[in-house]
Amino acid sequence: MNIIGKPLRKVDAVSKCIGRTMFADDIVLPQMLYAKILRSTRPYARIRNIDTSAAESLEGVKAILLGRELPITFGILPVSQDEHTLAIDVVRYAGEPVAAVAAVDEETAEEAVRRIKVEYEDLPPIMSIEDGLKPTDTPIQAYAEDGNIHKTVSFTFGDTDAAFEKADLVLDGLFFYQGNTHLPLEQHASVALYHPEDRLTLWSSTQTPHYVHRALARVLEMTPNRIQVIACPNGGGFGGKSDPFSHEIAVAKLAMKAGKPVKIALTREEVFYCHRGRHPVLMRAKLGVSKDGNFTGLSFQTILDGGAYGSYGVASTYYTGALQTTTYHLPAYKFEGARLFTNKPPCGPKRGHGTPQPRLGLEIQIDKAAELLGIDPADLRLRNLVPADSLTVNWLTIRTIGLRRCIEKIVEASGWKDKFRKLPYGRGVGLACSCYLTGAGLPIYWNNMPQSGVQLKFDRSGLVTIFCGSTDIGQGSDSILAYIVAEVLGIDCSSIRVVTGDTDLTPVDLGSYSSRVTLMTGNAAIQAAERARDLLDEAVAAELKIPRNRIVAAEGRMFDAEDPSRSVDFAKAVQLAEARFGTLGTTGCYSPPKSAAKFKGGGVGPSPTYSFSAAVVQLAVDRETGIIKIEKTWIAHDIGRAINPLLALGQVEGSVYMGLGEALMEEHEFRLGVHKTPSMLDYKSPTSMDICPVETILVEEPDPIGPFGAKEVGQGPLLPIPPAVCNAVYDAVGVRIDEIPVTPEKILSALKAKSQGKDGRYGPSSFPSVEYRDPVFVMPPWEGGDGRAMNEPEYTRKGT
Amino acid sequence: MRKKHLLKLTINGQKCEVAAYQTRTLLEVLREDLGLAGTKHGCEVGECGTCAVLLNGQPALSCLLLPAELEDHHITTIEGLSDAGRLDPLQTTFADLGAVQCGYCTPGILLVAKALFAENPQPSRAEIEEALGGNLCRCTGYLKIFEAIELAANEHHRKAA
Repeated sequence: MNIIGKPLRKVDAVSKCIGRTMFADDIVLPQMLYAKILRSTRPYARIRNIDTSAAESLEGVKAILLGRELPITFGILPVSQDEHTLAIDVVRYAGEPVAAVAAVDEETAEEAVRRIKVEYEDLPPIMSIEDGLKPTDTPIQAYAEDGNIHKTVSFTFGDTDAAFEKADLVLDGLFFYQGNTHLPLEQHASVALYHPEDRLTLWSSTQTPHYVHRALARVLEMTPNRIQVIACPNGGGFGGKSDPFSHEIAVAKLAMKAGKPVKIALTREEVFYCHRGRHPVLMRAKLGVSKDGNFTGLSFQTILDGGAYGSYGVASTYYTGALQTTTYHLPAYKFEGARLFTNKPPCGPKRGHGTPQPRLGLEIQIDKAAELLGIDPADLRLRNLVPADSLTVNWLTIRTIGLRRCIEKIVEASGWKDKFRKLPYGRGVGLACSCYLTGAGLPIYWNNMPQSGVQLKFDRSGLVTIFCGSTDIGQGSDSILAYIVAEVLGIDCSSIRVVTGDTDLTPVDLGSYSSRVTLMTGNAAIQAAERARDLLDEAVAAELKIPRNRIVAAEGRMFDAEDPSRSVDFAKAVQLAEARFGTLGTTGCYSPPKSAAKFKGGGVGPSPTYSFSAAVVQLAVDRETGIIKIEKTWIAHDIGRAINPLLALGQVEGSVYMGLGEALMEEHEFRLGVHKTPSMLDYKSPTSMDICPVETILVEEPDPIGPFGAKEVGQGPLLPIPPAVCNAVYDAVGVRIDEIPVTPEKILSALKAKSQGKDGRYGPSSFPSVEYRDPVFVMPPWEGGDGRAMNEPEYTRKGT
Repeated sequence: MRKKHLLKLTINGQKCEVAAYQTRTLLEVLREDLGLAGTKHGCEVGECGTCAVLLNGQPALSCLLLPAELEDHHITTIEGLSDAGRLDPLQTTFADLGAVQCGYCTPGILLVAKALFAENPQPSRAEIEEALGGNLCRCTGYLKIFEAIELAANEHHRKAA
């Protein structure tokens, strides 16, 4: 192969290095106005009155927008259409949009927003999991299952009671994963242009232009064919730009009202209020193990602090139970999850979406089990690996699994056997593994259409233009499209233009989320390029008077494989094909395989294939201050095949960095109903002086379902890092920190408790009683059944 | 109507005059009034380093500077780092080594690295880490950025030798 597997530059690398890439806030249109949003100062309140008169009288104000003008709700999931563009009657978190103004410049819009007077009647805010479980007369969302319990889910796969009965060791423990946020460097921005022909164009920093397109049409009551959404290159996303947002709809409506283009660029503080970040999750993990180190079963309970709106939360809740089964074979598995509404900015999908939290609990439990059984934690994991080409207990299809090699590689590279329980007091190593989706099996809204589409256009100059609805959020998805098409057509990336993320021009791709883009757009691109090869090969074969199967494409030419001196250049091949077949253009698309799971709720978790990671973290703990210094991380990732190893390494290193941030310092905290740290100074994230050396090993076992064998790499490598840190802290100083972030205070508290002869542990001490729904019973594949539920429990609860 | 004031600035070696609100920061004047959108912003309150420019060759946060005070200074933005399409060696190594993911922090980091080179053409890893201590990057984990700076330094050293 000439391109696949090579460490090439990204197609947009130079533009980004010279500051030429056009992010949403860089767009300037003639006569453009600037918008600002007034946000709630109250966590939970009724809106008594909004007085805009002082803003209206300000010179330069061109349009003011209030919630009642856009009464239709929206939301990313069909089951959670619960957001208004601007609050009507009630605000549910401090920072919620209440009013919007467009004015001649940003300063005037800011002044106008300051002049809007809102009268609030405060309601008691719900700011914790504990409060969210209490009965209430003023539920945050009327559609919640019960009080402020948004959603419960419950599954039983096989007999976990019997599994714990026959286990020699049952570990039952509580864990907490604090909420944190994406913190992309680029603040969200959008520009709206309303055309006189009753058409709307929105440029936005979004990871999901297709879903923004649908939300705009719904709320603005316009037919979608009059709306164009263009996703600008994102200055980082990490899941934080995956929802349709209030500001995107507000700026569009303001442009329609004012008759001029309008831009909105959020402040950093506002980005914290948009949030959709990691759910804080309280967990109970109960793992059964036999004395020879075989897992007998797992029971897992989660409670998610969801914030004030649904966002992706129903999916997040399922995800806190979906992927515990994909790394280690579990003969029986039970999962119960609940998401609560609280008066905080909504939580949603952040890198790893709902799976880093349970992974923390599971991987710490395994570390504890290994110690009690006297088995090396790496060996305990190796003993329990899920086999390739198998179904998990919850009916997920595992195709390739390179986890054995991942574990073996990091054990060797890190010198694990010489370090584990052998380093001097204060220094330690910890190991953890993980698994992640390569794209969600189902689209967000039910439909039978492909999840990704690619169109190719061929110019007589030999230029190939790729059209695809995908969005480059920095991960390099535009480049991946170019590499793949170039490889199939035997041309160079300089002969390719990539046009992405424009709902008028590009076929639908669902967006940059769930690590789906390389696999799905890649397969669609291969199909489109191979269809083009059929036409090109036939035309060139006729010209060279040879059979079609002798045509080879490479280095910008199409050759006779048996006589390479006979060839035409690629432009000539296009001309020959166009003369023979008419105007050239091909399409390709991708739909994931059908899932084996046929029970209700089984739609969250299936993926075309899964990536696997294993990591060792080595660290030092200062016993006086509790401060952790990460010395080094070794990580091996089963990527199937690296389309571009340079970009793959970048994704792994970025994931390790973000995982360390979550493990050590990042947290979304609230005080008196408001965000405690809505700034980059106060919300601590790792700097260049905090990052440790990372040794990355890419394990390449091509997966037949991936493009050229590729699986995901953008999210999975984050997952093993937080538990590896916790396990390393135990190895270093002998205390268990069963929650993240692992702050110095928590380490000192656990060390103090241990020195007083108490349990050397810091973590949650109780798990509240939750009325989960009756479980869906599904027989594990090896016990028979067909992936359907054995029961369809009617969900009933008092008051519903 | 708030009044605009005439500013006389020297940017990327070019003298220019521009009318802007007195309350605007250098960041806002560069982006909004001069169309130099290569300078990015991540917080606008001096916390993330994204908007870094060079002031007489020294890194400075344009979101914290008032341009009226800078009339005697030489301001360098990312648009001034490459010369008539010829990339600075740092830009080349950033592109070649995958030090650019979303590219949003890149202009600020390139300029800070440029200033580091001016004082210290062969910086150690620790010196690079310290120089970039005020520039947040959320994509790369900084490692590819360190490597790109080191490669540029090595190539410079090799050419000089």
